[in-house]
Amino acid sequence: MKQTAAQLDAAFGALSDGTRRAILARLALGEATVMELAAPFEMSQPAVSRHLKVLEGAGLILRRAEGTRRPCRLSPAGVEAMDRWLALLRDALSKNYDRLDGVLAVMTPPKPEEETP
Amino acid sequence: MSQMTIKTEGDRFVVVTRRFAAPPEAVYRAHVEPELIRKWMLGPEGMTMPVCISEPRPGGRMRYEWVRADGGGGFHLTGEYLELTPHSRIVHVERMHLPDPTPDNHVETRFAPDGEGTLMTMRMTLPDEATRTMMLATGMEHGMEASYVRLEAVVAG
Repeated sequence: MKQTAAQLDAAFGALSDGTRRAILARLALGEATVMELAAPFEMSQPAVSRHLKVLEGAGLILRRAEGTRRPCRLSPAGVEAMDRWLALLRDALSKNYDRLDGVLAVMTPPKPEEETP
Repeated sequence: MSQMTIKTEGDRFVVVTRRFAAPPEAVYRAHVEPELIRKWMLGPEGMTMPVCISEPRPGGRMRYEWVRADGGGGFHLTGEYLELTPHSRIVHVERMHLPDPTPDNHVETRFAPDGEGTLMTMRMTLPDEATRTMMLATGMEHGMEASYVRLEAVVAG
């Protein structure tokens, strides 16, 4: 699960390009070949292959051999991204709201002690 | 205090609910007044918000800047208020700058009386795959990944 700083740099570099982000978005829908990926971008297959090489190097996609085809898919880390993102959001929000409880306690006049559920 | 729920709604939205032991007016104010916002909207530990601009009127802007408490680099958010119904509803758009802006996140926050307190329901846009990956990378950069790793450890254990 831990990523090295170098991998992060590679991932940032890979994501800085709009075409590569679009390729990732397409792969989020499922596995695709270079030909299928090239079609919507009006790009040559070699150009798409170069982008795929960057994404593969950053650990964002995986490729497998199937005869002469090499279909691409999101790496497990990419597939897990939704769960990981939700966990990050949950963590940030729950810390925020716990602090907000404290802010609200100061804002609202104190009440006599009541039994809490 | 009160358990938070967070769940996806289809593949386009995330809905968060949380109860607070204060009336809607106070919870609403804490969401729009800069001096209150900067006291709590800090994410996981170790961040501060040196800049907090919030103009709670339709078309008013928001800008929140976070830096690490150790002085390290941070990130910021900009947005605009679209609709405000005092003490009950806020609709706004926001985007993170990482440093490139993420796609607009459309957020609707409702505050409903709930006994002596408030039930808050926030509905926001689910970011696309590439944006989530970018947010995760930024989160890791700022040490926000820690509790997820802990969570995994608990589940695995």
